[in-house]
Amino acid sequence: MGTAPIFNEMNADDASVRPHYSPYAEWLAATPGERILEKRAEADTLFRRAGITFAVYGDETGTERLIPFDIVPRIIPAGEWSGLQRGLRQRVTALNAFLHDVYHDQEILKAGKIPAEQVLCNVQYRPEMQGLNLPMDVYAHIAGIDLVRAGAGEYYVLEDNLRVPSGVSYMLEDRKAMMRLFPELFARYSVAPVEHYPDLLLETLRAVAPGGVRDPTVVLLTPGAHNSAYFEHAFLAQQMGIELVEGQDLFVDDEIVYMRTTQGPQRVDVIYRRIDDDFLDPLAFRPDSMLGVPGLLAAYRAGRVAISNAVGTGIADDKSTYPYVPEMIRFYLGEEPILANVPTYILRKPEDLAYALDHLDELVVKEVHGAGGYGMLIGPRASRGEIAEFRARIIADPARYIAQPTLSLSACPTFVESGLAPRHVDLRPFVLSGRDIVMVPGGLTRVALREGSLVVNSSQGGGTKDTWVLAC
Amino acid sequence: MGACMLSRTADHLYWMSRYTERAENLARMLDVNCRMTLLRQEEDVVRRRWTSTLATVGQLEPFLAAHGVVTQASAIDWISFERSNPGSIDQCLDRARDNAHAVRGTLTSETWETLNATWLEIRRFRRDTVSSQAPGDFFEWVKFRSHLARGVIQGTMLQDDALEFTLLGTYLERADNTARILDARFEFLAPEAAKSDDAGDYYEWSALLRSVSAFEIYRKVYRDLITPRRVAELLILREPMPRSLRHCMSRVQQTLVKVANSRSSETLRRAGEIHAALQYGRIEDALEEGLRSYLSGFLERTSDLGARIARDFLVSEATA
Repeated sequence: MGTAPIFNEMNADDASVRPHYSPYAEWLAATPGERILEKRAEADTLFRRAGITFAVYGDETGTERLIPFDIVPRIIPAGEWSGLQRGLRQRVTALNAFLHDVYHDQEILKAGKIPAEQVLCNVQYRPEMQGLNLPMDVYAHIAGIDLVRAGAGEYYVLEDNLRVPSGVSYMLEDRKAMMRLFPELFARYSVAPVEHYPDLLLETLRAVAPGGVRDPTVVLLTPGAHNSAYFEHAFLAQQMGIELVEGQDLFVDDEIVYMRTTQGPQRVDVIYRRIDDDFLDPLAFRPDSMLGVPGLLAAYRAGRVAISNAVGTGIADDKSTYPYVPEMIRFYLGEEPILANVPTYILRKPEDLAYALDHLDELVVKEVHGAGGYGMLIGPRASRGEIAEFRARIIADPARYIAQPTLSLSACPTFVESGLAPRHVDLRPFVLSGRDIVMVPGGLTRVALREGSLVVNSSQGGGTKDTWVLAC
Repeated sequence: MGACMLSRTADHLYWMSRYTERAENLARMLDVNCRMTLLRQEEDVVRRRWTSTLATVGQLEPFLAAHGVVTQASAIDWISFERSNPGSIDQCLDRARDNAHAVRGTLTSETWETLNATWLEIRRFRRDTVSSQAPGDFFEWVKFRSHLARGVIQGTMLQDDALEFTLLGTYLERADNTARILDARFEFLAPEAAKSDDAGDYYEWSALLRSVSAFEIYRKVYRDLITPRRVAELLILREPMPRSLRHCMSRVQQTLVKVANSRSSETLRRAGEIHAALQYGRIEDALEEGLRSYLSGFLERTSDLGARIARDFLVSEATA
């Protein structure tokens, strides 16, 4: 499928510039190459000095690496965004309804829409959450939905990130950098603002505080300065004006969570956690976790503290659950899905497995619990040896994998060594669910910098672009 | 009471500024030594001078274990850049930045970026060139990065407890460092020198004053010859002198009043006691006791104070 047409965000098939990119193209043509080079160097300095870095696991030398920032914006017309926004709202509503259902009456399993054993035997299903009522029945307060565009420009949801989605700080820093580097472009375009995201996030977190708390104390729980996304944790805590805490800063007494302060213990009502369920509470989950807070789950179950996202949301963003999201939308909302799923082969099903094993050279195979682009096979780009090795792994445990056709992700012009060249992009909008569902227009555009690469993950050398949703 | 802050945050801020201040004072100490070496280049004097400096910063034994013989270049290199020396300027700046990194959300972005830039820029100095050819530029750079950090902190940070703990670290560290610098000088010169009003070696005393930016201040305050007794008085007992022990302890005491909590009354009392002894003390009494014994008593009390501050504020026990 390597020959499938690639949708170019900027240029139409006849090489003409799409209307929403034409002011940019004119500006680019009129701007001397040296100035662009200067601006690229300036961007690099800005990011390095501010320490906007990303730690890459398994890389000893570059423990703090810059995420490459590309100065060509990804532009989305207003009408296109409003369709996406409706689709995102619908999808996240259904996902939260699913989580509430799974942890209460399990109607969707009883109706046979999703195989019950696939949900209940999944490690991402947390029995501790069964029967627990959460404020406003919301589980995934922060959702990062990954969207891609294929051949003709149609959007697909590639995956739902409902545990601890990251990247929003780059969305905000990219905008800040673009406004500083190219103010003249913002005079040519009416770009919808995103800078109020931290306010929306804080509002959402305050809204989900335990009932009866009038002025909730919200904290951000980080694994610490060595975590890959630490920059984002510190950034968001600062932007929201809340404490950035580590597990050691919190303790639980009589099912109430406190933080240790210079003035003694202070009660905590809402924890925006950026650590996985497994590490939250050594008494309830992994006993070897040094990152969590002993007794936190008991306090949570007693309704004395809110945890955001809720414990157990992983069951809804698991890749084995993903194929059923359109069904969830029909089941809970009685609507047809606005955003399409990528067709997915579920390898626990014998007929899908048989098909996939016959077509490994054209499919993308992913681990159902994997994330960050680790542990996946991209058939068309894999060597024979890699395919054979993956085939053996699939046969050993088919339920661990799903497979999808290799989409030819859309491409956006990007500055690389040789000049301007198309590189594949995706888009991660952030959807906040509290009292209402809100989002800022746009999201994080990630770009695969290597020619032909489809892997946009920052842990795998991907970069980012500013995303402009046009205001009109 | 303002909004309270995490004990761990206070701890990081306190150590961030202690390490920044320590790096600055190390640079000051090295700078003055290099200048003095230009005046008296006899080999044994040079060796004695650097040996005394290594001892002052508590590094003589590990240095001798690594190098055997004290030379100017190896001593400068050891105190400036040696990674295995936790007390080197390089390592102090590294730790200052690590501590800042851990609380970057509490700092203003200007403060964080200043400390981060210092950490990034130290790599542009080449070890071999600095220690053998032009150490002055490096020391000057360290001092100015510290001035810049302090200025950015005071010019941009909200005046709340976070700032207080930052100041607490600065002044406690400076009190300790000034006492050590003074102690080393008096040991190097004549143990009894301070008792006489003999001008002694004018250049040695003026170098000491310059190392703590006090040369012009001395002229302004005394309008007279430089004598060891007055130097001691200026650096120990004069409140308006920003690097004197009295000034530093006065600031430490003020800060402890502002951040006081239910556990800290004894710590505050001890800080007050140290300050009162400086406020009402006479230099004659200190000299009578012997300056080195006086200063080591002071260093013991400030180190006790540091331990108490850590216990009361920084690693607070769960009161559960």
